Amino acid sequence: MRLRFTLLFACLLSATAGGGEIPLSERRSGYELMSRETQKIQDDDATNPGTLWVLDGEALWSTKSGAANRSCADCHGDARQSMKGVAARYPAFDAVRGKLLNLGQRIDACHVERQKAPRFAYESKELLALEAYVARQSRGLPIAPKIDAKTNPFLEAGRKAFHRRQGQLNLSCSQCHDDNWGKKLAGSVIPQAHPTGYPIYRLEWQNLGSLERRLRNCVFGIRAQVPEFGADEFVALELYLMWRARGMKIEAPAVRP
Amino acid sequence: MARAVVTVPPQARRGEIVEIKTLAQHTMETGFRRTQTGELIPRDIIHSFRCTYNGTEVYRVELHPAIAANPLIAFTTVATESGTLQFQWAGDNGYTVTEIAPIKVE
Repeated sequence: MRLRFTLLFACLLSATAGGGEIPLSERRSGYELMSRETQKIQDDDATNPGTLWVLDGEALWSTKSGAANRSCADCHGDARQSMKGVAARYPAFDAVRGKLLNLGQRIDACHVERQKAPRFAYESKELLALEAYVARQSRGLPIAPKIDAKTNPFLEAGRKAFHRRQGQLNLSCSQCHDDNWGKKLAGSVIPQAHPTGYPIYRLEWQNLGSLERRLRNCVFGIRAQVPEFGADEFVALELYLMWRARGMKIEAPAVRP
Repeated sequence: MARAVVTVPPQARRGEIVEIKTLAQHTMETGFRRTQTGELIPRDIIHSFRCTYNGTEVYRVELHPAIAANPLIAFTTVATESGTLQFQWAGDNGYTVTEIAPIKVE
């Protein structure tokens, strides 16, 4: 039933004209569009379920792991110092691979290469816990991905993906999140899609999840082919979203409905 | 990892009503869901929560499958004397978690 409504509204939306990017002064975090009750859950670490993952991440940070028998802390020291601001500038370019990595992929690469441990599964509890712990250290800091000659092609690819119509509903991200934010889609407010609080605790999921999980939801919703976790196209889109939210403050781990 | 977080004001005046917040990490699998191949996912929930204040029970909850994952339980009690609050969660498959928090009453 809900899906049918979603489709109906989506069809209506696709008929409206495109408006372009949101002016910087009119940008709103999804936080501002959610209910006061949900805001209160997020605001207090005592009620924000993301705290459970942050604490797990804190424990994992100093746990020795892999064939190298090393912990994150053995190289990076105190995360409260060394990881401050890191989440605000990811995805970032990785010179070794010659491509863009998001925060989860960066943590996983470290896990495999430095700790000599098997890869984390996407959306696994350990990876999300570490990601939440690292992201927590950037709370309150402005989003500032590095855009230069190396990352610019990815930014442009992400921008293109954001504006590309796709799926059976023939919708682009921009048609909902630039042109129709603040309106309702199946009873829910359409946010502007700023990735300010990832990984988020989404009440609908009853779990913590990454930005990619959220993107996959959207892509599935417009009935397009859902890319695999870690697909280059997604990471480029993540960079574009972060650039689009530049200057906005990190809220991780955020709570969303 | 079975983690729980409790938040208790570290100190209170005698007779003051204090708010206590607890958060337990648990999937609260209802027992009504099925996998994609149709097999029933067995129930796995926290079924009870209990708080004692210097050994006296001050709050108790029975939890059922309709309660969300990572249940947040917030309640109040009257600060009567200094001591400890003990929190106990118990659930299916032998799940038990105990947390202790001190409180100073003046």
